This record gives sequence, structure tokens and C-alpha cells, in this order.
Amino acid sequence: MSIFDYFKNTKKNTASIAKERLQVIVAHERNKRNQPDYLPALQQEILEVIRKYVNIDQEHIDVQLENNGDCSILELNVTLPD
Amino acid sequence: MAKIIVVTSGKGGVGKTTTSAAISSGLAMRGHKTAVIDFDIGLRNLDLIMNCERRVVYDFVNVINGEATLKQALIKDKRCEQLYILPASQTRDKDALTKEGVERVLNELIEHGFEYIICDSPAGIEHGAFMALYFADTAIVVSNPEVSSVRDSDRILGILQSKSRRAEQGLTVKEYLLVTRYNPGRVESGDMLGVDDVQEILSTTLLGVIPDSESVLKASNQGLPIIHDKESDAGQAYADAVARLLGEEVDHRFLSVESKGFFQRLFRRSA
Ligand SMILES: Nc1ncnc2c1ncn2[C@@H]1O[C@H](COP(=O)(O)OP(=O)(O)O)[C@@H](O)[C@H]1O
Ligand SMILES: [Mg+2]
Repeated sequence: MSIFDYFKNTKKNTASIAKERLQVIVAHERNKRNQPDYLPALQQEILEVIRKYVNIDQEHIDVQLENNGDCSILELNVTLPD
Repeated sequence: MAKIIVVTSGKGGVGKTTTSAAISSGLAMRGHKTAVIDFDIGLRNLDLIMNCERRVVYDFVNVINGEATLKQALIKDKRCEQLYILPASQTRDKDALTKEGVERVLNELIEHGFEYIICDSPAGIEHGAFMALYFADTAIVVSNPEVSSVRDSDRILGILQSKSRRAEQGLTVKEYLLVTRYNPGRVESGDMLGVDDVQEILSTTLLGVIPDSESVLKASNQGLPIIHDKESDAGQAYADAVARLLGEEVDHRFLSVESKGFFQRLFRRSA
């Protein structure tokens, strides 16, 4: 390995950072896209119910609908603060 | 069977109009009767790239509104026997494009025997961009190897898959990815997304890779669709893309710095 390769490897490769960021955001947006329109409102109402008992924010709750062949799974993830 | 092809991207300035001019010219050069429509209402530019700006009398909206016939509005290209341009309106508002109106014009073109209809989409995901893609059976999604362009391309793919006429009919739009303004040197130095990366993220068939090239600006200065510049790498890459669109198998070129001819490099260095 030449000294140049060494510098090349230690320097952050911005293209690979771009790729990683894109993979994350694109996957997230695709997921959102395939979801029914009522999901954001559903999420909001669930948030309000939980808030009666625990103090959480918008970012602590995630509602997703996943299609597995002929059945759909409504997945609710709530992160409770400690 | 006529083919309606939209050239779209979401993001502006990525090369849609350059591509529409090149691909439509290329199809006509290969003997196919082709029409290219500028959907960028209010920001007409395809006419400049095709060098027919001084011959525009009537436009797309005039035809939709019945103020001119399609025959009156179509401009015959001076370079390609089989090519016609339908310019965008420069003054009216975008809402002048109605689904019914656009469909009527497309049907009339098909009745007149056009084999390919290329729709040059405006930027964005608003009405004009929607009208350009709605009737398409094939889409060329133009993307630059850059984060915002790739993300926008993915959004456009989503719209094609859910909101287009074919999607409404339970059918699919044939989607192609065209990566433009590609700079192999910067990809090799790790500062530009490689074509494999872009393709992996968007998971779409690759129609071609157009290098970032000075020749494109020079050609647009003169109103010469770049595909006519047979010496230029970009012109050749577009010709390859047209061949692939016609179902031919052509290897991708200009993907690496090394792929330049040895003598060409030698010449570059000594020049
Ligand atoms: N392969 C390329 N190499 C260099 N410049 C390009 C290339 N493709 C497009 N351009 C330039 O980029 C600019 C925007 O191109 P254009 O086709 O008008 O984009 P859009 O229609 O997507 O807004 C123009 O100045 C054009 O000359
Ligand atoms: Mg344009």
C-alpha cells in the first residue's frame, strides 16, 4: 500500500456518506408513501392518548403499516423516556 | 403502437430539456416519426435548444384551447426529417394544461402516425410535471449523481407508480434511469456518487450515463441537440441511450477516466 492510498483511506469519502444518507432517507420516504392517508392523524391521536399518562413528544412515537402478502400489520412504536 | 415517453426528474437543471432534445432527435435520426412536447408552460426553452425559437407561432396551449390546429402549431425540425416540436406557451398560466386537453393532443399525434412522443417535463412535482407524466407509458428519470437530485428522482418514481394513468389502470410505467453530468474523475476520487450507487438506491433499469461535458454548453449555444455532435462523448452516450431505448444491447461507455483512448489521453497531456 502506497502512502497515497493511506491518505485516500483515512480521508472521509464523501460519496459513501452521500450513499448512506440517501439509502436511509429514501427507504423512510418510500415507507411513508405506501401508507394510507389516515396514518398521520391516527398517530396524532395515539400520541394524545399516551400523553394523558406519560410525557412524550412527536419523535417518540412511530406508526407504520406493513404489508405482508395478504395481511397488513399496524406497528406502533413508542419510546418512553426514563 | 405509439410510445409516450416522459423525461422527468423532480429537480430542475439536471438535464431534462437537453435529454428531450437529444433523445427525440436520436429517435428521428433512426427513422422514427417523433414529436417532442415542451410541458414547461411559462418557461419555454426546448425551442432554443432545438434552434426553432424564431419559428414559433402557435403553442401547446393554443392547440388545447382550440385557437390553433395541431398542424399549425407543430414545428418541423430543420435537421431531422421525421421530427416535430410542439413548443410550450410562454405567457399563460400552468392550469391551461387540462387532462382532457393534453389527452386530446396526444391522441391526435398518434392518429397522425407519430411513433414516439417525448414529453419534456418542467421541474417540481406540481401540475405541469404531473401533466407531463400522467399519460406516459415509458419514463426516463434524469438524475445527477448528487443527493438532492437522487432523492427527487425517487419521489418522481413514486408518483409514476401511484398517480400515472397506467398506475390507475393497474399497469406499470416502464421506468428508465438516465444519469447525466457524470464525472468519472470525481467518482474515482470518492467525491461523487458512482452510477452503481445511484442505480442501487433507485433500483431502476439504467438507460445510460451521460458524462458532464463542455460540448453540451457549446451545442446549446448554437441550438444544436448534442446528439448531432458525433465527436463528443455526451453526444455518443446519448446515441447509445437511444439504441437501448430501441431495444438494442449496447455497453455503457465513458464510465471511467481510463476508458478514454490512450492516444486521446496522450494528446490531452501534451496539449
Ligand atoms: N451532460 C452535461 N454536461 C454538461 N452540462 C450539461 C449536461 N447536461 C445538461 N447540462 C447543462 O445543464 C443546464 C441545465 O440543463 P437542462 O437540460 O436545461 O435541465 P432541465 O431541463 O432539467 O432544467 C444547461 O445549462 C445544460 O447545458
Ligand atoms: Mg427544462
